[in-house]
Amino acid sequence: MAVKKREKDLTFLEKIYIVEIVKGLSLTLKNMFKPKFTMKYPEEKFIPPASYRGRPVLVMDENGEERCVACGLCSRVCPALAIEVQAGETSREKERYPERFEINMLRCIFCGLCEEVCPEEAIVMSKDYELAFDRRADAIYGKDKLLVPINQLKDRIEFLRSYK
Amino acid sequence: MPKIVIDGKEIEFKQGQTIIQAAKDNGINIPHFCWHESLSVSGNCRVCLVEVEKMPKLVIACSTTAADGMVVHTASEKTLSARNAVMEFLLINHPLDCPICDEAGECKLQDYAYSHSVGESRFVEEKTHKDKRVPLGPYVMFDGDRCISCSRCIRFCDEIAKDPELTFVKRGDRVTIVTFPGEELDNPYSLNVTDICPVGALTNRDFRFKARVWDMSANKTICHGCSRGCNIELWVRNNEILRITPRQNDAVNNFWMCDHGRINTFKFVNAEDRVDGPQIRKEGSLSKVEWEEAYNFAAAELKKFSKNEIAFIGSPYATLEDNYVLAKFTASFGSKNIDFIRHIDSSFEDDILRKEDLTPNSLGAEAVGVKPGKDGLNLEGVIKGIKEKKIKALYLIEDDIVSAFPELEEYLAKLDLLIVHATNFNKTTALADIIFPAAAYAEKNGTVVNFQGRVQRLKPAISTVETDRALDGMSMSRLDKFGTKYDRWAQGHKYDSKSTWKIISALSNVLGNKIKFNMAEEVFDEISKTITAFSGLDYDVIGELGAQSKLQAIEKNVNA
Repeated sequence: MAVKKREKDLTFLEKIYIVEIVKGLSLTLKNMFKPKFTMKYPEEKFIPPASYRGRPVLVMDENGEERCVACGLCSRVCPALAIEVQAGETSREKERYPERFEINMLRCIFCGLCEEVCPEEAIVMSKDYELAFDRRADAIYGKDKLLVPINQLKDRIEFLRSYK
Repeated sequence: MPKIVIDGKEIEFKQGQTIIQAAKDNGINIPHFCWHESLSVSGNCRVCLVEVEKMPKLVIACSTTAADGMVVHTASEKTLSARNAVMEFLLINHPLDCPICDEAGECKLQDYAYSHSVGESRFVEEKTHKDKRVPLGPYVMFDGDRCISCSRCIRFCDEIAKDPELTFVKRGDRVTIVTFPGEELDNPYSLNVTDICPVGALTNRDFRFKARVWDMSANKTICHGCSRGCNIELWVRNNEILRITPRQNDAVNNFWMCDHGRINTFKFVNAEDRVDGPQIRKEGSLSKVEWEEAYNFAAAELKKFSKNEIAFIGSPYATLEDNYVLAKFTASFGSKNIDFIRHIDSSFEDDILRKEDLTPNSLGAEAVGVKPGKDGLNLEGVIKGIKEKKIKALYLIEDDIVSAFPELEEYLAKLDLLIVHATNFNKTTALADIIFPAAAYAEKNGTVVNFQGRVQRLKPAISTVETDRALDGMSMSRLDKFGTKYDRWAQGHKYDSKSTWKIISALSNVLGNKIKFNMAEEVFDEISKTITAFSGLDYDVIGELGAQSKLQAIEKNVNA
């Protein structure tokens, strides 16, 4: 076995370690007084920027109704087949609405394609990242969990418009 | 034969054909909205403009008769720019509401907007607004905004349904379609207008918003509504039939089918009252049992009767295979009492498609031996026998004898044994001692013979407990391919039912007879070997469009 020769031997100061230890500890000490990057989650919550892709939600307009017209494009484009839409008829001006709208959060991969394809700006990615459940059935979010008032989503909608 | 050249390809045509027809017959598709092979030429959409050498201007391919030596360009620069211009005009007032339009996905305008249009609108003015959501009749909904005024629906009512009900009113960009005063679009073929409408202006009210077309699978099969046997497609999502559309077969139904077939013949398959698993009457009430138990019980009961005490009723609703195996089963008892119930309604017949025989397979049932043997009892004899208590046991497949002969109800109740194969609970199953759940026509392989003597294939469209979409060759939508048992959109109920021929073969094996078939195709192969009318036929020969058997076409009033 070929013995690789050391490129450089340690100097005397390096050999006794003390100087290096002091150097290292001083760096630690300096950082102790700098501003922190970590958070005390869950006591403190992280508020993501508008570009963040949390769980997809349905936009509920000021009148309390969903914007969604159940066209099914999100369901079609979803690479993970997480979305199921069943359309129904209403007497509103847009005659079609989602009778049932379900997202299986176990399937969702937060890619945001549903948001991108939506012709009505009706499904957007929210800032919500707290998605824990202990039963499969709980992972399927229906309209009750998906509908979010539009004033909570203003950030994201503005962000989307700035890129259109 | 005269020849023309289309896009450098020399093709033959029949004298008098139009350019578009000659092109279509040779697999060249010239874009069109208003032209339809089976309707008269209108020439109003202008999308089929093509360049013909030595002609000063572009001509419409749908009304220009082909002439020997003509040189046609369907993709030259001049043609394309004209086509783009026409598309731009058509899209000026067409609303951008594809997301809520049922036609999306099978819309000609949508397709052509992708392939033959510039993709942008230069039109900044407001689009016209017309009446939306107008019910034109019991089944058809009209959306004026979406209409491109191709007049296909008007011509269909005039020429095919022979019942002029629709017309244009107003002019220019205000033109719209209405029914004549006091009229409704209620002819028996009205829903065909939703198929030929190239946009979503006319939609099926029965199917409205039920599913997107790309979420469903289309399964080729035969309509069950009458002895015409229209070729159809069953559109299925999550193991549920959602709509029926006709499929072209020039020998049978051309492009069309009637509203009765389209609306009334599929809902029973997913109805609440389907028989789900075999049932046996114990102490007066029916209870669900395992197949084995049902077979053993039926076999033990059947053994108690002599061959003259038992009668068999086949079914013109069931396939050739089912009836053939029943006839064999009857013979294995030595019985000759076998017949079937005819369902004739002469008021149903017209001279377009509908036939008075309301069942898909009466010609076939008779041909494979569901008819009384020498000295055997026919249907009337069986009924008389039941009334006189000479017939003590009745084996009935896929029919409702009580609804057909209500006076039999009290006698059937007193029968010693009544075994019924049924898809749904009905008045007869209410009296049955044993019910075997029969697979509905959309759940099984098989063949039926229409009034012309044409053998046509039924193919399964929805799966039962024992069948599987992929393994049994049903067509698969994307959802079918990737759904798991944890996905709610893939948990559609599967009924525990079997084809009648399969139930009878299993039962006969318990009885110690040798009727052994594993596949519907094996039954048919035996039919084609033993019955001369079907010789030379097999499932491959029948194919998707059917094949003529040697049976004589049914003459009118067979049962008069």
